[in-house]
Amino acid sequence: MSGARHLYVHLPFCASRCGYCDFVTVVGRDGRHGEYVDALIAELELERGVLAERLETVFLGGGTPTLTEAGALRRLLRALPDSEELTVEANPETVTPDLASLLAAEGVTRVSLGAQSFQPQLLETLERRASPDVVRRAFYHLRDANFDNISLDLIYGIPGQSASDLQRDIGEALTLAPEHLSWYELEAKPGTRFTHVHGAELARQVEEMEEYFERVVDAMTGAGYRWYETANFCLAPGRDGGRDLRSRHNLGYWLGRDYLGLGIGAVSTVGALRWRNTPRLGAYLEALANGQRPLRDVEGLPAAVKREERVMLGLRLDEGLPLADATDAIDLRALDRLVAADLARVSPANGAPPALVLTGRGRRLGDGVTAELLS
Amino acid sequence: MDQDRIRNFSIIAHIDHGKSTLADRILEVTGAVTGRDMRAQVLDSMDLERERGITIKAQAVRVHWKGYELNLIDTPGHVDFTYEVSRSLQACEGALLVVDAAQGVEAQTVANAYLAIENNLELLPVVNKIDLPQADPEGVAEEIAELVGDTRDHALRVSAKTGQGVEEVLDAVIERISPPKGDADGPARALVFDSSYDQYRGVVAFVRVVDGSFRAGEPVLAMAQGTRFEAEEVGFFSPTMEPADTLSAGEVGYLITGLKDVARLRVGETLTSQSNPASEPLPGYRDVKPMVFAGLFPTDSDDYPELRDALERLKLNDASLSYEPETSQALGFGFRSGFLGLLHMEIVRERLEREFDLDLLVTAPTVAYRVETPTGELVEVHNPADMPDDRERVEEPYVRASIIVPKDGVGQVMELATERRGRFDHMEYLSPERVLLLYELPLGEIVFDFYDQLKSRTRGYASFDYDYAGFREGDLVRLDVLVGGEPVDALSLVLHREAAYSRGRLLVDRLREEIPRQMFDVPVQAAIGSRIIARETIKAKRKDVLAKCYGGDITRKRKLLDRQKRGKKRMKQVGAVEVPQEAFLAVLNLDEGSKK
Repeated sequence: MSGARHLYVHLPFCASRCGYCDFVTVVGRDGRHGEYVDALIAELELERGVLAERLETVFLGGGTPTLTEAGALRRLLRALPDSEELTVEANPETVTPDLASLLAAEGVTRVSLGAQSFQPQLLETLERRASPDVVRRAFYHLRDANFDNISLDLIYGIPGQSASDLQRDIGEALTLAPEHLSWYELEAKPGTRFTHVHGAELARQVEEMEEYFERVVDAMTGAGYRWYETANFCLAPGRDGGRDLRSRHNLGYWLGRDYLGLGIGAVSTVGALRWRNTPRLGAYLEALANGQRPLRDVEGLPAAVKREERVMLGLRLDEGLPLADATDAIDLRALDRLVAADLARVSPANGAPPALVLTGRGRRLGDGVTAELLS
Repeated sequence: MDQDRIRNFSIIAHIDHGKSTLADRILEVTGAVTGRDMRAQVLDSMDLERERGITIKAQAVRVHWKGYELNLIDTPGHVDFTYEVSRSLQACEGALLVVDAAQGVEAQTVANAYLAIENNLELLPVVNKIDLPQADPEGVAEEIAELVGDTRDHALRVSAKTGQGVEEVLDAVIERISPPKGDADGPARALVFDSSYDQYRGVVAFVRVVDGSFRAGEPVLAMAQGTRFEAEEVGFFSPTMEPADTLSAGEVGYLITGLKDVARLRVGETLTSQSNPASEPLPGYRDVKPMVFAGLFPTDSDDYPELRDALERLKLNDASLSYEPETSQALGFGFRSGFLGLLHMEIVRERLEREFDLDLLVTAPTVAYRVETPTGELVEVHNPADMPDDRERVEEPYVRASIIVPKDGVGQVMELATERRGRFDHMEYLSPERVLLLYELPLGEIVFDFYDQLKSRTRGYASFDYDYAGFREGDLVRLDVLVGGEPVDALSLVLHREAAYSRGRLLVDRLREEIPRQMFDVPVQAAIGSRIIARETIKAKRKDVLAKCYGGDITRKRKLLDRQKRGKKRMKQVGAVEVPQEAFLAVLNLDEGSKK
């Protein structure tokens, strides 16, 4: 084993917590940004042995990484190992020309902008702080700083979102011509404030929502984007000088590669182990201040589980996964049934090994199809 | 004992009119049990009977009163056991017809009174519960007199609860019921009017000796079935088992046979001596056939062996229960079981669930159909799925139903009976308030929610009983339900052509609600032969995938997948369609559901 080539760094700080969010976030505590970055750097040193000599990707996620106080953020970016793709998640209201220049100057190659929607009333429902204008302005600040790989995060299935609202969001997003788009159906997690407030409306619109996914996929592919993962689209190579604009970092997850996660609540998967750092800020800071690893939940991943995950994740990709990687895990009679129902196919081998691939409809029903294959 | 000093009688009554209490009081008054030993309602030995207030198995108790030997034969109290009741009555010369002074004559009273009259029994009307504040002994005595064509002064007034009038009942039994008149010296003949199974001693036969006598150790022959055995012991109940040297003409008692199977000694058999056999059996033996059928399936298919063992054990004591293995594509392995009627079915089901701790899926009950095929072959069909497509004619069993209802419920009852293809037969006023209606109805309509409908339309005031009236031709069809183009065998029904459309529509609608959407469109259809009479489509799911799945989501996603896989395992497979067990339950309980 040559070590993990993908590194995730979690920056939990947010100006406020959005009602639908269930990530590990910390609101306020501005004074602790520096302290937290120190801890991240200390954790990186402790885990250095897990990482490969050369990294492919680094991803700064949150929280709101771009809310981190500029000096601390700069210090962190400088302390991170070099990589071929360095992505930072940004919230529109934090993206100023200065921030954009800072990111560019420190070697960030890709920015993922949390737009979510362009409709004021929907942004309000989501409790986002940015207005549609702020979202657009942020995008142009990034372009002005010469970012040529920008991704937009968008949400559909927002309570009260009509089909024409969705159509407008699709249009607005395409007008900006981002290299990459992620479209997520709003997941109302049980127990969140959001579900408490909007649960009834969400239940009411369940059936309409099913159709929204189809609309999104059709609009994106119609506009020349490649639907390369269930929720992710990138400009097709032909549209952008042959560049492969898929998120290389996230592909690492979907291809079952090892990755190291730093920061509170961050998950790592290395070999047959997966662990999650404590989500508690105080405990995390204290451990690392003492030169110790933070508390972790550790999960063993037997070979059979890894094979199953490989299928589960691989089937989310338009390329599918090599049939050879799947045969030990799947029920081949189920595969025949799914092929007959035009939900899956085995792609012909053009020199490459044959792949197990889901059809468009199969991908929209991916969870059911996967359960069928793995039963 | 000299036959002149023997009286054999039974008590017939509607549920809760006080039969068991009166029997207990008789035991007490005659000193057969002392108050200290008295367990309320000694005669009902099974818990289930106690709870439901009904008696499943007849028993006989010998008591003494003023130098006479009185044998009290307890009768089962429900229509499903009519044949057993009639055999119990055949063992007697008279019967107490007990009627609740507050409730009056009920349908069951009518049916059993007629049975007693058919058996030439002397009827002693007894108005019970005269201590109740709302009792109307005179009105009820009048109703009984109307029913049996007697004068109301003949009715005895008692309170079994307080004991008032009970001694007079015993005196009347001696005075008004005639003694047995068998040939004490002729070849031995005894009527088997009931039996039970004892795990150590085998089948215990309850008998009424008509002619001659039986002694312990004697080789015995059952004349109808040809079963041979040695009487290991003879005796009587007092109320516990008391061995005796002989049972002689006119007496009632038991005979221990050592047989291992109740089916080898059926109720109605005539026992005789192997060494000096009688030339003719006693009249009236019938091989009772089950009339109502249903599939019993364990909800968990792993419980199949337990269900099989449980049915085997129930059958030891219940010769009228029959079953054979049934395989349903949708419900897996189970048994197609035959019952005397709906109550019998309910009792078996409850015992399986309660005593054997089984969780059961029971298909809609159906009746026995007689089918003539185009080639002239006659087949009896117990499972709608077996109903041949090509048939010349179909006959279905009919019953004579007696329904007693307050006069303002007559219209409701007539409407229901007409809806259910009933043929009006007779109507009479039992009193200014209550009306007796006689109808002929297809049994297939009765097993189909009839009793519940009757109760709900008359706000619980109707009482109902029936007796089999033979087979008649009907315009019957098999209604199939298809899910994803595949017939669901467990949901097939046989019913009248005119009822098929609304029933088909109801089944299809309910299934559409209950079957979750699949990865493809699923047509749900109701069909008669190849003709579709109702159709709905369960539209395919359009999205079933978790949007986000990054490094921190993988374990959660895998757990969701495991849950989804476990969910699939609980599904029953109909072709390519996964149907939750609850969907079958909902459809099988359609009528219960529609009442809520």
